[in-house]
Amino acid sequence: MAMMRYAEALNRALREEMQRDSNVFLFGEDIARYGGVFKVTKGLMEEFGESRVRDTPISEQTLAAMAVTASMTGTRPVLEIMYADFMPLVLDALINQASIYEYLWPNVTMPFVLRTQGGGGAGAGAQHSKSLDSLVAHIPGIKVVAPVTPADAKGLLKSAIRDSQPVVFLEHKLLYNLRDEVPDDADFTVPIGKAKTVREGADISIFATSRMVLESQKAAELLAQDGISAEVIDLRTLRPLDLDAITASIAKTHHAVVVNEGWRFCGYAAELSATIMDFAFDDLDAPVARVTLPDMPVPYSEPLELAVLPNAARIADAARATLK
Amino acid sequence: MKNSPSTDEQLEMHRKMAVVRRLEERLGELHKAGKTRGPIHRCDGQEAVGVGATAVLGAGDFVTSTHRGHAHYIGKGVDIRGVAAEILGRATGTCGGRAGHMLIGDRDKGMIGGNAIVGGSIPAATGMALSIQVRRTADVAMCFFGDGAAQTGICHESMNIAGLWKLPVIFILEHNQFGLTVHHSVQSPVADLSIRAAGYAMPAEIVDGNDTVAMYRAAARAVERARRGEGPSLIEAKTYRMQGFSTSDMGGYQSAADLAEWSRRDPLAVSRRALLDAVGAERLDAVEAGAAGEVDAAVEEALAAPLPSFELFTRSSPYATAPEAV
Repeated sequence: MAMMRYAEALNRALREEMQRDSNVFLFGEDIARYGGVFKVTKGLMEEFGESRVRDTPISEQTLAAMAVTASMTGTRPVLEIMYADFMPLVLDALINQASIYEYLWPNVTMPFVLRTQGGGGAGAGAQHSKSLDSLVAHIPGIKVVAPVTPADAKGLLKSAIRDSQPVVFLEHKLLYNLRDEVPDDADFTVPIGKAKTVREGADISIFATSRMVLESQKAAELLAQDGISAEVIDLRTLRPLDLDAITASIAKTHHAVVVNEGWRFCGYAAELSATIMDFAFDDLDAPVARVTLPDMPVPYSEPLELAVLPNAARIADAARATLK
Repeated sequence: MKNSPSTDEQLEMHRKMAVVRRLEERLGELHKAGKTRGPIHRCDGQEAVGVGATAVLGAGDFVTSTHRGHAHYIGKGVDIRGVAAEILGRATGTCGGRAGHMLIGDRDKGMIGGNAIVGGSIPAATGMALSIQVRRTADVAMCFFGDGAAQTGICHESMNIAGLWKLPVIFILEHNQFGLTVHHSVQSPVADLSIRAAGYAMPAEIVDGNDTVAMYRAAARAVERARRGEGPSLIEAKTYRMQGFSTSDMGGYQSAADLAEWSRRDPLAVSRRALLDAVGAERLDAVEAGAAGEVDAAVEEALAAPLPSFELFTRSSPYATAPEAV
């Protein structure tokens, strides 16, 4: 184990996988000489050379389409898209290209990873603060992960690079400096599709990913002060979903709050809510509560931005209302 | 460097063009008879572009194609029986009937593949060329795209990246004059799109797209350059779409004069004239009859083949373990 920041854990994962497999390569805007705007790829061009760590022109649409076909033809590309807000530019590559070929064409696999980061709280404004999880989790054939801890960041990125299917890897700009223990072992991985119970509880289940797991943990502390025992489940993978973990928790608590930093209408929280209705309706004692961003742009000024982001107080309020 | 095809290679290109032409004609008949599904995009008159350019490729090279890809498929060596069966939606098709005529892909032949998002073939081949460069092999990627696709943003992005990184990709602009029903002159301020290549630091040439030998020579130069690590090339193949955009096209926008002019330059007639002295009419007749027979047999075999049975594609399931019921 070693203490390191979330960004360093990601860097370690990239480095280990590039050492392990010479067909792994990285490309994206500002990632090589500068080391990435969040410094996730720092030092990798120096270690692995300009062919395997490439600065690119600002051409997201094409870069994503290139990741698809480069992965079909013998390499394992890891593409960095600087902000999740730019994901609409890459949707053709994901929806009309990556999601269809494994089904249509015999013997074709697409082992690529698209890393990006989203989320609010940094004063980056309406075009650099969104969580667009539902846009990518909607797509059949694309796996989507969103780790919150440095250890999961490392272990899931290594799993994503080794996976034979496309993986969208969602990071959060407020997590990069989070420090925690991370396993040193080069064979340490975290399986895609497995949730983690980060706090056991008996009265209500809170489901979240990425930074919202931290807010959910704080909400559980607030609820404990009221004598409410909340269970917090870090889903870690948005798709494929660990249904067993969700239904097992609800079978115990009979109440659920789903948290997502994206928009509410047709959002990821809506999908979680519907999934719980599909598979755990008989165990529920109350409707599922959703905590999300309201359906509006993320504002710039601090009080305005804080007014829209889901937080511990809002999650705790939703839990209390559900339990009434 | 070998830039001109041998007589045998030229005859083989002639045979492949005859296969494609017969396929297009049979598909036209089958469509009228109600035996096809969905729109079919015929490439009558454009066969020399795909067949001539792919003739210089090897087994390890990749090709990306368009919604009008039959000449590219046959050129790169995809089995006509699989192609015919795929177009007719049969279980015996190249993709088991899952893909249809616009999206045929055959990994073993390096044809991956048809792409019906206009312009999609361009970054697709560029990505394959990046893979080739990272893996340090001498293979190349070749993409076909039309003058309509040349107006997409991804065309510019791809060519810029290919020129910047000297990627081993050959851009074959199959200039058939139309983007769906809209004439090229209404889509671009310039007649010759190849002048753009200067902006990407790559060589370009304009080629008679109805002449397989001209296509072969231009493609051979571009492929050799790419294999030497000198980067991409753009070949603007001037041709003409003799049929409508698809079998659902109501027509009425292609001028009679243009159609008459381009039918005089039919690629099969051009090829036949070029081969006549070397191989004689009798052998050419036999090759053409053989090609037609091969297509007819493939079509009959496909019509008699079973339709596919549906199976859910569980690899894209949203759940990590299969749920009991939804």
